[in-house]
Amino acid sequence: MAIPSYATRGERIWHYIFLAICGLVFLFLIGPLLVIIPLSFNAQPYFTFSKEMLTFDPAGYSLRWYQDFFTSSAWLNAIKNSFIIGIASTLLATVLGTVAALGLSSRHMPARGAIMALLISPMIVPLIISAAAMFFFFSKVNLAQTYVGVILAHTALGIPFVVITVTATLSSFDTTLIRAAHSLGANPTRTFFKVVLPLVTPGVVSGALFAFITSFDEVVVVLFIAGPEQRTMPIQMWSGIREQISPTILAVATLLVLLSMLLLTTLELLRRRSERLRGLSPD
Amino acid sequence: MTQPPAAPLTTADGVPLKVSLRRTVRRSKIKALLLVAPLLAFLFIAFLMPLFEMLWRSVDNPEVSTHLSRTVSALEGWNGESLPDEAAFAALAEDLRVGQQERNLGLLSSRLNYEKSGMRSTISRTARRVGTLEPPYRESLIEVNDTWGELDTWKLIQREASPYTISYYLAAIDRQLSPDGEIAKVPEHMQIHATLFWRTLWMSAVITGLTLVLGFPVAFLLANLPTRHSNLLMILVLLPFWTSLLVRTTTWIAILQSQGVLNDVMVALGVIADEARWQMIHNKMGTIIAMTHILLPFMILPLYSVMKTIPPSYMRAARSLGGKPFLSFRRVYFPLTIPGIAAGGILVFILSIGYYITPALVGGQSGRFITNYIAYHMQTSLNWGLAAAIASILLFVVIICYLVFNRLIGVDKVKLG
Repeated sequence: MAIPSYATRGERIWHYIFLAICGLVFLFLIGPLLVIIPLSFNAQPYFTFSKEMLTFDPAGYSLRWYQDFFTSSAWLNAIKNSFIIGIASTLLATVLGTVAALGLSSRHMPARGAIMALLISPMIVPLIISAAAMFFFFSKVNLAQTYVGVILAHTALGIPFVVITVTATLSSFDTTLIRAAHSLGANPTRTFFKVVLPLVTPGVVSGALFAFITSFDEVVVVLFIAGPEQRTMPIQMWSGIREQISPTILAVATLLVLLSMLLLTTLELLRRRSERLRGLSPD
Repeated sequence: MTQPPAAPLTTADGVPLKVSLRRTVRRSKIKALLLVAPLLAFLFIAFLMPLFEMLWRSVDNPEVSTHLSRTVSALEGWNGESLPDEAAFAALAEDLRVGQQERNLGLLSSRLNYEKSGMRSTISRTARRVGTLEPPYRESLIEVNDTWGELDTWKLIQREASPYTISYYLAAIDRQLSPDGEIAKVPEHMQIHATLFWRTLWMSAVITGLTLVLGFPVAFLLANLPTRHSNLLMILVLLPFWTSLLVRTTTWIAILQSQGVLNDVMVALGVIADEARWQMIHNKMGTIIAMTHILLPFMILPLYSVMKTIPPSYMRAARSLGGKPFLSFRRVYFPLTIPGIAAGGILVFILSIGYYITPALVGGQSGRFITNYIAYHMQTSLNWGLAAAIASILLFVVIICYLVFNRLIGVDKVKLG
């Protein structure tokens, strides 16, 4: 955003003030995530920088919280649970959501608005309400405190993300491509696998990623309907923050920041790939 | 001169074109519905039925009618002007005796205790002695506990015999039914829910306002930079968006607590004395700071996607027509961003009034939201009817906001990063 050549002095000053304000907001956004990374290497069991850390004394730094994390059976079990529940609910949500999105993007879909609103509702209803409602209902049908119960609940929460991303991908899908493929002699099966699928996959994959991260980061529903056997990572963190504030949580937090960086990169690569396949970007 | 009626157009196999078209459309409608059906069925069972069940629970009132069934039928036709007759007292004694044997008086006594404090101990004390009581029950029950001699107790039983109740909703807004069936405010020291509802709405509005003030300039910058630079800066918005909620809450605890990073820095810089560290967490401030940080991307992303569609030539045109920068911005650019402000604002507001985790961890006493009370009644006080009533009111508010949102923006326009 360059300053136009006709800008007055006042406008120039304002422009720099504006940039400074934006800088501060970016700092507010990203600063906390950056603070936590060095803190997780603290040799002392505190949530703040020790004198040794500030003078870059190697004695002030240690990997003890990471070691603590990787040797604790409670944490490892929580990771295992998070992955079991996350993967199962993602698979379920992706299959159901993608099939539904195919139907929703049909030109002849009746009552599309109402159905869409219904499918999105798990995203809109506050988690505490979903959690309370599922607790009542799942206790009644003996699904509370079971893996199946938690997986079904997380599937419901992940579905809106799959439906939204896949519908968005399909709505920008150019159907002339199918006719073009036919005219070039491809049969329907070949067209589906060579033309439709590669174009739709990025939407499905990013929907699945959204669904996975929703499950992986979800606390409230698990808090209400899971039993001690289904303790997930977020629950372990939640009780860690509430009960004994141990810096192991900071190590976990750092690992999770790295995970979100990885995820963001994956999504960005997917976006670029789909743009390239659609011929929207030059490279 | 009239033309002879043209022969209807037909397809190759002789079916009229209209019929054939209608048939095809119907077939693709069914096909589309069949594709959506599994998901609809799933959501209906796993999500909507639980919600309906919760709504129902907020008015469900089975305790008195099942556990005091004999008393309730003996009270039929009682006019409520003087104590009921011996038959009703005998029925009560019998109900309590059976209840004591089957050990299911707990729910009943909690239920009546919500309406009239002291009923829990009245019932348990009476039930323990009911086996030794002799007729006439009227005298002996009153002897065990004076409460049975009060007209209000009997009026309460008669009133709560109905299988449905609005008293959970009344309790959710700090009202109760008086013995005469009139709606009255609960005593001052027990008025918590209405305050919490207002606080939740008020703090959510403050958080929405803050995210708008902070998010607007950033969205503007991102929308007006060349793509190469804005993509890079966008990462700074998306990374916190993608980072676990608990991680972000934890970082704010590490930064804001009194032995935390920010206070330490301030003490080291000599801005504040070591004894006068700021209390920035476990109060309203903690909730507002942490939630503003968490919800800021939800404001920036819709604003950005709207601003991206405003051609920069509009501002240039306004300037060339003699508009001063501020005037051009206010009259030309700003009105075009209003859809984005509405989208981001309603989104942040909806998300914020339903937040539970962050206020619970950094809110302390004063920064708590109504959601924390739903959890309290679910897990600690075990007054599930009240929890369901509060949740239903909150759900109603959210649905209203959502309908406005859908009307203004359309939910399928929400961009996810």
